[in-house]
Amino acid sequence: MLKRSLLCLIAGLAVLPAWAQFRVEVSGIGLTQLPIAIAPFRGDDVSPQKMGAIVQADLERSGQFRLIDASGSGLDENARPDMSPWRQKGADSLVAGSVTRLADGRYDVRFRLWDVVRGQDLGGQSYAVTVGDLRLAAHRIADFIYEKLTGDKGAFSTRIAYVTKAAQRYSLWVADADGENAQAALTSPEPIISPAWSPNGAQLAYVSFESRKPVVYVHDIASGRRRLVANFRGSNSAPAWSPDGRTLAVTLSRDGVSQIYGLDAAAGGEPRRLSQSSSIDTEPAYAPDGKSIYFVSDRGGSPQIYRMPASGGAAERVTFTGTYNISPSISQDGRWLAYISRVSGAFKLHVMELASGNTVPITETSADENPSFAPNSRLIVYATKQQDREALMTTTLDGKLKARLAGQGGDIREPDWGPFQKQN
Amino acid sequence: MSMKKYVLILGAALLMAGCGSSVKLDDVPVEDRSGASVAGADSNAAGKNGVTSVDLDKSKLGTAPVGPRIVYFDYDSYVVKPEFQSVIEAHARYIKADKNRKVAIEGHTDERGGREYNLALGQKRAEAVRRALGLLGVADSQVEAVSFGKEKPAVQGGDEAAWSKNRRAEISYR
Repeated sequence: MLKRSLLCLIAGLAVLPAWAQFRVEVSGIGLTQLPIAIAPFRGDDVSPQKMGAIVQADLERSGQFRLIDASGSGLDENARPDMSPWRQKGADSLVAGSVTRLADGRYDVRFRLWDVVRGQDLGGQSYAVTVGDLRLAAHRIADFIYEKLTGDKGAFSTRIAYVTKAAQRYSLWVADADGENAQAALTSPEPIISPAWSPNGAQLAYVSFESRKPVVYVHDIASGRRRLVANFRGSNSAPAWSPDGRTLAVTLSRDGVSQIYGLDAAAGGEPRRLSQSSSIDTEPAYAPDGKSIYFVSDRGGSPQIYRMPASGGAAERVTFTGTYNISPSISQDGRWLAYISRVSGAFKLHVMELASGNTVPITETSADENPSFAPNSRLIVYATKQQDREALMTTTLDGKLKARLAGQGGDIREPDWGPFQKQN
Repeated sequence: MSMKKYVLILGAALLMAGCGSSVKLDDVPVEDRSGASVAGADSNAAGKNGVTSVDLDKSKLGTAPVGPRIVYFDYDSYVVKPEFQSVIEAHARYIKADKNRKVAIEGHTDERGGREYNLALGQKRAEAVRRALGLLGVADSQVEAVSFGKEKPAVQGGDEAAWSKNRRAEISYR
């Protein structure tokens, strides 16, 4: 909190009521950021969710925006603002909007985005939503602004899954991409690990220890209906969906050593062995084109990341530096590999550009785990330890801007970033 | 096919569709609260991103009938040390005495490193004990090697004293 206040002071930003729920902790500053002013939405003072603040937090967490103070401007989407004071403040863009309670209890949310430099209307949208979808509306506004101004699709209205451990209870949560609005999908006295979103965002595969051994479930989020898909002799773990959603790659020890198998995600049935070694092969991750699987193997004497054809076959080694490289995650654009590497006894998130092999360490922490890319390939969520508590962080791919995600009490771990959601 | 038989098969098929496989639901009560609304929001307010919560009750724990049941391992090692041979021999005798006895060897690791890779490492420890039991004539069908990775440490703590207690395989009767 102190650190954030200091940063706010350094950045010359007043701490205002609109920031009250702003829980992003910025620990670095990016280089090229678009200056944007987001006026508090008219009605934010009586709305259950402060729309302006949510949009601000989203854009700041992306690392691509620098926020210009717009408090007290009294604007909404209908205003035709005088651009000169905003130019003086250094803003290139301005957002103004409103949130209004409707007679049926829903909320009407509207906004408009302005190009301050050209004095141009860049468009706006309106949504009529339930109180439970107010945050979703704010995230969609942030997506709109992000796409208009950066040219890339925003991923703020997506969801993440993660696991908490508190008082010997394990819970699997589904939350907004900012960690807020978390809803428990599963609660269990036994550990839950490795949640993995289905490509359509409707289901989570995960490993549960509820039957005193690791088995893999597929869980329909909306209904709570669960299906046991891998309960073979020995351990069953590390589920990964093929991009078409048809195959679930899992690690099974049924043949005496942990190897990667493919399962028909809908029908189940007999698993097909994909990796062939007498060593540990685990943590499969499909390339976004579905043609290859990245995985971890200690066939060379230490755990390293390899790649093999999705149907199995000869594997080629991908990581060569260090003696412990695990937990591969591939960005949706196919350009980046995020993984955890042990460096001098510390476990650190690294990002490799696959085309060049150039690798950059991203963090100052020492117990990083389980990276997962946002579906727009621009942010990574990962687990780490801060002050002895497990926490989730997001980072830009260059590591310059990190934010700690809001979330439940207790230890938070095992994040998986879900796909883009249909705008319905 | 008689109607009754057809209904039975249909019922079994539905059961299997519901459970997916042969997990013993007696041991693992699954409370499906599909009808319940999400806490803190009424059904109207839950909106498009509704999530139905499932709560699992505590499952029963196994008991250990013969002496020590834990085999400890060195760092980065999957070799059963000679000092634990007597533990394994005692359990081998006990398991062989009753062909109906079922035992799980549960492998564990210390907290360092990734959860999934540790799960695979714990599996290697469990397999090492399973093989040691096999060499003493225990039938494969009575033993299942499974892993908890780093999920169930015996001792909390971030030093070697704790870690050495957590790198283990537990012999657990089911």
